Amino acid sequence: MKRNITEALKASIPVMMGYIVLGIAFGVLLESKGYNWIYALLMSCFVYAGSMQFVTINLLVTGSTLVNAAIMTLLINARHLVYGLSMIKRFENLGKLKPYMIFSLTDETYSLLVGVKTPKDCDEKLFLFFISFFDQCYWVIGSLLGSLIGSLLTINTTGLDFAMTALFVVIVLDQFLTSQKHCYTYLGFVISILCLIVFGSDAFIIPSMIGIIIGLSLMYKGGKTHA
Amino acid sequence: MHELMIIGVVAVITLLIRALPFLILKDKSNPYIEYLGDVLPYAIMAMLVVYCLKGVHLLTGNHGICEIIGVLSVSLIYLYKRNTLLSIFVGTMIYMICVQIIFV
Repeated sequence: MKRNITEALKASIPVMMGYIVLGIAFGVLLESKGYNWIYALLMSCFVYAGSMQFVTINLLVTGSTLVNAAIMTLLINARHLVYGLSMIKRFENLGKLKPYMIFSLTDETYSLLVGVKTPKDCDEKLFLFFISFFDQCYWVIGSLLGSLIGSLLTINTTGLDFAMTALFVVIVLDQFLTSQKHCYTYLGFVISILCLIVFGSDAFIIPSMIGIIIGLSLMYKGGKTHA
Repeated sequence: MHELMIIGVVAVITLLIRALPFLILKDKSNPYIEYLGDVLPYAIMAMLVVYCLKGVHLLTGNHGICEIIGVLSVSLIYLYKRNTLLSIFVGTMIYMICVQIIFV
C-alpha cells in the first residue's frame, strides 16, 4: 500500500506544479469576483475541470441561464469524450475505483495515465487510483490557497502555467521515442493545426476530435496489428 | 441559489461527458474500440499540445518566440536527460524568464 502511494506521488509530481499554480490562479480570480473559498472548494471537488472552472466564474458573474451553462460545458469539455474512449480497456478491471477514475479524468490526469508504466511491485489499480486522487488533491489545495491567501502572494507567477504545456510536450516526445506509432502523432498534429487555422482557437477542438477519429478509422485495418 | 445550480449543471454535464464512452460502449472486446484505445492517445496528446499553444500568434507581437524557446528547451533537455521533471522544471523557468524579463 505504502509503495503504491509513494510511487503514485512520484508519478504525479509533474502535475503537482501545474495544478497548484493553476488552482491558485483560479482561486484568486474567483475570490476577486466576490465568491469565497467555499465556492472554490465546491467547484474543485465536484466539477474538477480546469478550463471549465475558469469559464464557470464568468457564468456566475453574468448570472448565466442554466441552459447556457449546460451548452458551454458541452462545448468546452467535449474533448473529454475521447479520453474515456481510449481508457475503456485500461479501466476495465478497476472495480469500485472505476467511477472515481472516470469522474477525475482531466486533461492532465489523462496524460499521466497514458504515459505512466506501473512499477513492478505495485498494484496497478491502486497505483492509477492514487495518481488520479493526488492530482485532484493538488487542484483542490491550489484553489483553496488561491482564494484564501492569493491576495498576499507577491511573486510574479506569469508563465508558470507553461508547466502544463511542458508536461504534454514531454509525453508526446516520450511516446515518439518509445514507440513506432509515429503516424498517429503526425495525424494528431496535422488535423488539429489544420482545424486551428480553419475554425480558430475558440472552436477547433471539436472539429479536431472528429477529424482525428475519422482519420484513425480510415487507418484501421480490421484485426491486423498496427505498426 | 441560482449560483449553486449553475455549478451543479456544470458538474453534472462534465461528469456525463466523461462517463458517456463507458456507458455506451459495453462491448469491451470490440477490436475497433481496442484499436482506438491503442492509438488515440498518440493523436490526442498531439492535439493537447496544439490546444496549449493555441493562443500563440506567429505573425504578430513576439511571434511566439517565448513559446518556441520554451518548447525547444523542454524537448532538448528531455532528449539529453530523459528526465520528465527536470525538463518541465527547467523549461518552465526558461519560459518564465522569457515572458517576464527578456520579451516583455
